[in-house]
Amino acid sequence: MSTTPLADAMPASHGPRVSALALFLTFSQITLSAFGGLQFWARRALVERQRWLTEQEFVDLLTLGQLLPGPNVLNLTVMVGYRFASWAGAAAAVAGLLGWPCLVVIALGVLHQHYGALPLVQQALTGMSAVAVGLLLASVIKMATVLPRQWRPWLFAGLAFVGVGVVRWPLLWVLGALAPWAIAAAWKGTD
Amino acid sequence: MDRSALGALVLQSLVWAFLAIGGAPTLLPDIHRYVVEVHHWMTSPQFAELYALAQVAPGPNIMYVTLIGWQVAGWAGAAATTLPWLVPASTLTLLVGHLHARHPHAALGRAIRRGLTPLTIGLMLASGWTLMRAVDHAWGGYLLTLLAVVVVLRTPWNPLWLIAAGALVGMAGLV
Repeated sequence: MSTTPLADAMPASHGPRVSALALFLTFSQITLSAFGGLQFWARRALVERQRWLTEQEFVDLLTLGQLLPGPNVLNLTVMVGYRFASWAGAAAAVAGLLGWPCLVVIALGVLHQHYGALPLVQQALTGMSAVAVGLLLASVIKMATVLPRQWRPWLFAGLAFVGVGVVRWPLLWVLGALAPWAIAAAWKGTD
Repeated sequence: MDRSALGALVLQSLVWAFLAIGGAPTLLPDIHRYVVEVHHWMTSPQFAELYALAQVAPGPNIMYVTLIGWQVAGWAGAAATTLPWLVPASTLTLLVGHLHARHPHAALGRAIRRGLTPLTIGLMLASGWTLMRAVDHAWGGYLLTLLAVVVVLRTPWNPLWLIAAGALVGMAGLV
């Protein structure tokens, strides 16, 4: 946990001046090398290679990104782009991060549309899907190891699972009901 | 897809972007509910296949949302499900960034994160559950899923290889 306030990482325009084009190229490179584990490549590019951020700044921005909804690397990208080159920088960084993967994934979609019904492809897709389920479940198990051994966090996890996964209520209702309650409980527990 | 359905998809994606407290994978059950159960835009196995395909693409893990959008309504659908993600990121980034700069409530931030972590875990489990029900209809599928869980937890292997291995096992007719 960092001791500096999160937002020390935020104020715009200090440190090196970086152009929107450089932001686009760097985030393109990050995303294209990132197969599973974007954070690793982002840290390597931003902290080690370009030296745009210090280690501490990177951790602070990532932590702030985790507080916001959405993938924390996307949030980090917006913040880094904005910090170095304002809105043009944020747009360039995001275009670099999302543009190429979008094209790849849509190419996969086109292939799926044309060949997805072939028996052999269908079998391969079923095998891939079964593994994808395993990847998801494995990350649940890894994440669950950080939960404290108290009844309340497990109750919240269980309620979220049952509400969204089993009863299949809309996520908005479930989070609207549980999130304030869960945050309040954690707030009381933190003194 | 008509314009009102596309407009509804944009609004729904905007809601998703704000609800994605634990990242994009926690949204899977709700996206499945919306595109498969409510609107019947695709079948449940198709949904699972697109999710699995997106795991092969580089980049952040929201790419499956883009692919689902593309399947529903082509490029317009891909844009409709992807671009709304940028709204909370950019507005909140500035708001939270500036507020934090003046009043750094580290304790509140910690409470938010600690409070939301169990919900994220519950939602991830719901995602795995939803996807499992969409895919694994034969014992071979369950076995492959179980094997993948064990390998991920026990080895440092890149998940990409596991997905490739899953494709081979599938082609061999074992699932």
